[in-house]
Amino acid sequence: MENQRLKSLMNFLAKQGILVAFAIFMIGFTLANERFLAIDNVMGVIRSSAILGVMALGVTFVVIGGNLDLSVGSMMSFSTIVVLDLHDKLGPELAIPVMFLMTMAIGAVIGILVGYLKLNSLIVTLGMLSAIHGLTLTYSGGKNMDIADKSGTWFSVFGQGTFLGISVPIVIFGVLALILSALLGKTPFGRKVYAVGGNNVAATFSGIPRARVVFMTYVISSFCVATAGLLQASRSLGSQNTVGQGLELEVLAAVILGGASLLGGSGTVIKTAIGVLILGFIQNGLLLVGLDFYVQYVVTWAIIVLAVWLDIAAKRGRIWSPIA
Amino acid sequence: MQNENRTRLIKDSAIWGFIVLELIFFSVAGHYLSLSESAFMDIDNMLLLLKQSAPIGIIALGMTIVMINGNIDLSVGATFALSAIVMLDSMTWSIFAGIGDWVIPIAWGLALLTGVVLGAINGLIVWKTGVDAFIVTLGAMLGYRGLVFMYNGEEPTFHLNWTLVDMAESSILGFETPTVILVICAVLLWLLMTKTVHGRNAYAIGDNREAAVNAGIRVGPHMMINFTIIGFLAALSAVVFYSASGSVNPNDGELYELWVITAVVLGGTKLTGGKGSIIATFGGVIAIQLLRKGLGHIGADTAMVNLVIGLILIAVLYMDRQLNRKGQEELKT
Repeated sequence: MENQRLKSLMNFLAKQGILVAFAIFMIGFTLANERFLAIDNVMGVIRSSAILGVMALGVTFVVIGGNLDLSVGSMMSFSTIVVLDLHDKLGPELAIPVMFLMTMAIGAVIGILVGYLKLNSLIVTLGMLSAIHGLTLTYSGGKNMDIADKSGTWFSVFGQGTFLGISVPIVIFGVLALILSALLGKTPFGRKVYAVGGNNVAATFSGIPRARVVFMTYVISSFCVATAGLLQASRSLGSQNTVGQGLELEVLAAVILGGASLLGGSGTVIKTAIGVLILGFIQNGLLLVGLDFYVQYVVTWAIIVLAVWLDIAAKRGRIWSPIA
Repeated sequence: MQNENRTRLIKDSAIWGFIVLELIFFSVAGHYLSLSESAFMDIDNMLLLLKQSAPIGIIALGMTIVMINGNIDLSVGATFALSAIVMLDSMTWSIFAGIGDWVIPIAWGLALLTGVVLGAINGLIVWKTGVDAFIVTLGAMLGYRGLVFMYNGEEPTFHLNWTLVDMAESSILGFETPTVILVICAVLLWLLMTKTVHGRNAYAIGDNREAAVNAGIRVGPHMMINFTIIGFLAALSAVVFYSASGSVNPNDGELYELWVITAVVLGGTKLTGGKGSIIATFGGVIAIQLLRKGLGHIGADTAMVNLVIGLILIAVLYMDRQLNRKGQEELKT
């Protein structure tokens, strides 16, 4: 009886542990500083997490499908640079769709390599990280990209505008999270993504086209990256070539924190969004408490390891690993 | 049987063939395209190349044994930076003020100790919690980098000690110190992986962990030893590099893990573990450095270097798979 109750508690923690941890953090920071839960602070945190968040939503699809995407950071630099450059050449109405097409074309290339040619996703996207960075530098000639007339363009609405009193990046992040969550949770395509990531062989024998599903996850990911690039470009109206450098690993951290398994087959879009918010609120909370900015990285390290550890400890029913 | 041998021979010597191709290509292309008078295959140029490949190369050797073991380490860049900071900063500590240049070996020791401790922490977490090494070291990459920034903010840490610089710039039998250390490390690790029980067990664990456990191999300690070694080598790489330069930025070593993994994969080591060799990684390191230098020699910029290295990595992966598949088909018939 006692044992059973413990087991169900462990099960609950395994399934919802990340929410429990989130709640504890929020209560702790609120007690430490009353400003923490003030509405403008909360909105500020979500807005500054939106770019990372949008990318994490797409990578969730890739990870659930059983693959990795290390190229999102440099792909985001690419789309930011491209849209800023085309803004002055074609005007914003044309620049945005063209940038989306170019970014998604790169995503499709990765999708072909990993999906149809069945190459290892870690190495392919590692190679693409480098290759896309080279492409961006070639495109821009290594120079920073700036919009000529910064005050006279409506382009800044995506990064700086407000919609019904809520800033647009938050709206985009929220709407995209809901749409992608429905796509993953409520459609046949979503179930196929889980199936391919969960058990590749069984999925193949059930007649699920693995190659096409994996291909689509990378296209979705690149769509999200393009959206993130649009937000970034519109927020700053100018950019360096390395604006997204290193983001790929923070994105993965958020996805893992949201409980998606790197082996594929588990995770949800909403939990990834929560993972993104946890990273954002921890960063903000530590600053409000008065700690050094860089302490957040050390705390993030501890949280990632603890979160995954608790998750697998609950699944296997013992704290320490069975590795001899 | 003979076909199988031939396939293996092609795969084992592929990286050296690639290096020869690079040498021929850049020599010929350099003859027509290069603005400089000197030939690409100049002996001084080749010695410089070896020296320049030392920082990445030393870490790549460690990455090879971690990957043979079936793990990966993404935190090496941060370990590299933290060790460098400890080395340069410890030379200014007041407790070492009275001992003159004897502070140098102490600073080296402290830096190497830092690397060993950071590596051991990774290994211990992977062993005891059972969390995948990719996640553990991804977290550590952020965490160790956080420690780097907490140490000195965004300011560079610098300390110039001329005795140290002279030692770092000295040469042994005509080879520069970094080259010598790279070669010594390669030989030692090659011996470790091919001639010792630890090496044999590491291959066995990476190849089939369950079988290794059933055979009575203790998986955990072997993984921890390998993580400790790569931590040590990341610190050694920092010691070699920063003894000469004397100044470290908190961003230094970023993306090193990607360069290192690229070199190791080019050398043919499998991410899934069980396969790989130190010698081939050495070849991979040389191949990448040759590519960077060669492209520079014929006037290409960083953009082109990044593009080409990325595409070559993917092409190698593709060819490797085709060769493997061919090998498997031959086994069937």
